[in-house]
Amino acid sequence: MKLLECKNLSKHYGKKEVLKNIDLVIPNGKIIGLLGKNGTGKTTLIKLINDLLTPDSGEILINNKKIGIESKNAISYLPERTYLDKSMKVGDTLKYFETFYENFDMKKAKKLIKALGLEENIKISKMSKGMQEKLQLILVMSRKADLYILDEPLGGIDPATRDYILDTILTNFKEGASIIISTHLISDIERILDEVIFIDDGKIVLTSDCDELRNKENGSIDDIFRRMFNVK
Amino acid sequence: MNFIFDNDRPIYIQLTEQIEKCIISGKILPGEKLPSVRDFALKTKINPNTVQKSLIELEKKQLIYTERTNGKFVTTDIGLIKKYKEKYAKATAKKYFSDMNELGFNNKEAIDYLNSIGGK
Repeated sequence: MKLLECKNLSKHYGKKEVLKNIDLVIPNGKIIGLLGKNGTGKTTLIKLINDLLTPDSGEILINNKKIGIESKNAISYLPERTYLDKSMKVGDTLKYFETFYENFDMKKAKKLIKALGLEENIKISKMSKGMQEKLQLILVMSRKADLYILDEPLGGIDPATRDYILDTILTNFKEGASIIISTHLISDIERILDEVIFIDDGKIVLTSDCDELRNKENGSIDDIFRRMFNVK
Repeated sequence: MNFIFDNDRPIYIQLTEQIEKCIISGKILPGEKLPSVRDFALKTKINPNTVQKSLIELEKKQLIYTERTNGKFVTTDIGLIKKYKEKYAKATAKKYFSDMNELGFNNKEAIDYLNSIGGK
């Protein structure tokens, strides 16, 4: 079944064409890597899917319906930069999410926060950057969504935090839901992916099942990506 | 069970091979219950769908079987396990000979060499 469908999407910023005729179908129950160098249109595409930007042309459907209020409930989005109010305490952010999203699982979030050793009365501003990122991921993964969109969840983190983030993603997504993970750090994440989408210069240049691609091109996804885009 | 993967080959093939080796070597015993897909995924840090694909592969080979509602178990067919053990042993031996051939040993010399270092 189609969970997400993008039809002929285009987006300009001024004269610059950022996305060109994007056609994309995401089925249920898959973990998909949205892979591309910086500045190739990944975040723009993600913002369009989240209805935070309006496309110049084209259409986006979630569960066969045009995006809107319902799709906001169906999608759980982790933006590249944290948006938590630094003056809030951990417990406040939990209540905030509970009020905002009907599919927020408070029990699960509290359990994950406890497992992380976080006190609910700590202020966000007093937490390390890594801890803030983990908290944000917990909030996002504690929603029972159909689609999780994680924009660069591994940016600038240490290996231990990376393992924590991969574990949290793998353990907590709703059965049958899909996850889109955008990143340019492929080797860290390629093992948990079902499918990859390569994006370059605002266009989708390749979509494939990961194991099929490894088999066909005889290498890791990371190698194939580097060869294709001449990255050292 | 400890699984190590490289990213260069299809992950599901690597996982299938490694579970096969666990069964052949007796690290997982005949009739033993396998971890659930989710537990496998978590332990190996790979995608649950990939784990599922491997388990289907193993089930096709009849090395494991599903007991409805109960989970997946290793076959109790010792003969079959032996057959797979033989297959792996043959491939390993073949590789030894071809590696030694590359070094200029013929097969007899390769066997003599093995005997000469005799398990050391």
